[in-house]
Order: sequence, then C-alpha cells, then structure tokens
Amino acid sequence: MQTTVRLQREAFDTAAEAAALTRGRTDIGALVTFTGICRGAESSEPIAALTLEHYPGMAEAEITRHVEEAKSRWPLLGVTVIHRYGRIAPGENIVLVVTASSHREAAFAAAEFLMDYLKTQAPFWKQVESANGRSWVDAKDADDTAAARWGKTPGRDAAE
Amino acid sequence: MKLVYFAWVRERVGKAEEELVPPASVKTVAELMRWLGGRGEEYAYAFEQAKSIRAAIDKRHVRPDTAIAGAREIAFFPPMTGG
Repeated sequence: MQTTVRLQREAFDTAAEAAALTRGRTDIGALVTFTGICRGAESSEPIAALTLEHYPGMAEAEITRHVEEAKSRWPLLGVTVIHRYGRIAPGENIVLVVTASSHREAAFAAAEFLMDYLKTQAPFWKQVESANGRSWVDAKDADDTAAARWGKTPGRDAAE
Repeated sequence: MKLVYFAWVRERVGKAEEELVPPASVKTVAELMRWLGGRGEEYAYAFEQAKSIRAAIDKRHVRPDTAIAGAREIAFFPPMTGG
C-alpha cells in the first residue's frame, strides 16, 4: 500500500500525483482525487492571497495518523495527501487528497473522511490578505459537523 | 518546557516560542493558560478567550484538563482552518 504525506511551499501537479499512485498497477479500480483551490473571494470580499501557517512536525504526524485511520476503515490500495503552506494566490491549489481502491465506495468515502479531518484536526491556519489588510479565517461549525459524522478518531479522542 | 504559539495566539503573545518553567501548582493545560494570562498585557490579550484556544502536548491534540507533567513542548493555537 503506497502512502505519501507531503507538506510543501510549491504548487503540486494533480495529474502527475494521481498517475504516480496507479503506475504499473492493475489492482486499482477506483481513484478519487480532491483538490482544494484558493478562491478569489471570501464572504463575497475579493482577496489578494491566502497565507497558510502550519505547525511543522505536528501537521505531518496528524495527517499520517488520519491516513492510518482511513486505511483501517476502508480497503485502500494507495493514499496521497499533499498540503501547501506559505502564500497562495487565488486559483492556485492548496491541498490534494488522492485515494485508490478496487471499488469506488472506499475511495470516495476515504477521500471525504481525510478532507473533513484535514479541515478540523490538521494544524494549519489560513490568513486572508485583502484591501482591508490581513485577517485570520474563523473555523466553521459546518466543518466540525462534517468531521463529527465519522465518529471518534485518534486525534479527536484526545481533543474532545 | 518549550511553549509554542501559532496564528493569532502567536501574534498577540508577540513571539513564536519560548522556554518557561511554570510553578509546580500549575498542573493542567487550562491552569497553564490561566497562569500565562497573568504574565502581562500581551498574554492577557492572547489568552482572554481561553475557551477558543486549542492545545497540543508533544505534537498531539489534548484537552484543557490534561496534565502537563512530563511535557517537552506545549502548543497553543486557534481552531484549525486548513484543507
């Protein structure tokens, strides 16, 4: 089972990452890729950029814990998670989740599970840069609700 | 122990990390936040909304009632907004 967890400043190539996960394999029947992209507006206010701060060491560890949890819940054949940090302009990618399995149910579910947990448990913080200056993005209740539907996970047990 | 701060907690405290030795009477994460809040104006501002601040000990999320004994690194930060 191929697992890649990477934090980086640079943009990533979604197609290349997806191809890397399936290359030379014939057991994978379903591949789901989710790409999070920087919007040009936040609450209908135009933005210049997002800056993502992260907790080095903990971010990798927390994502890896949730990838392990996803592997224990679904029959996955490969997972790639890439999360960027630093300054990101509208239209640029921020986060990539790729999940591979024999069938689509596991791939879809695991990708959604990983995104829900990245939003609420991975130590990243977004700051918006706009004409009004800089402001930190507030956490959304909807993201907590989305994460809660998966029940307890390693990070959540300790935090709540 | 090493204390590290992120996002607006870091901005309000005015530093990203520091080494501090809290008194022995400070036993939990919540007590540590209260103690830090009493260390000056910038700390009082950073920790005034203690309920909305999350903590991690040695890079794992913890609850406010978690004991800090034996911790090497304690982090304080706002609710996360990655993804």
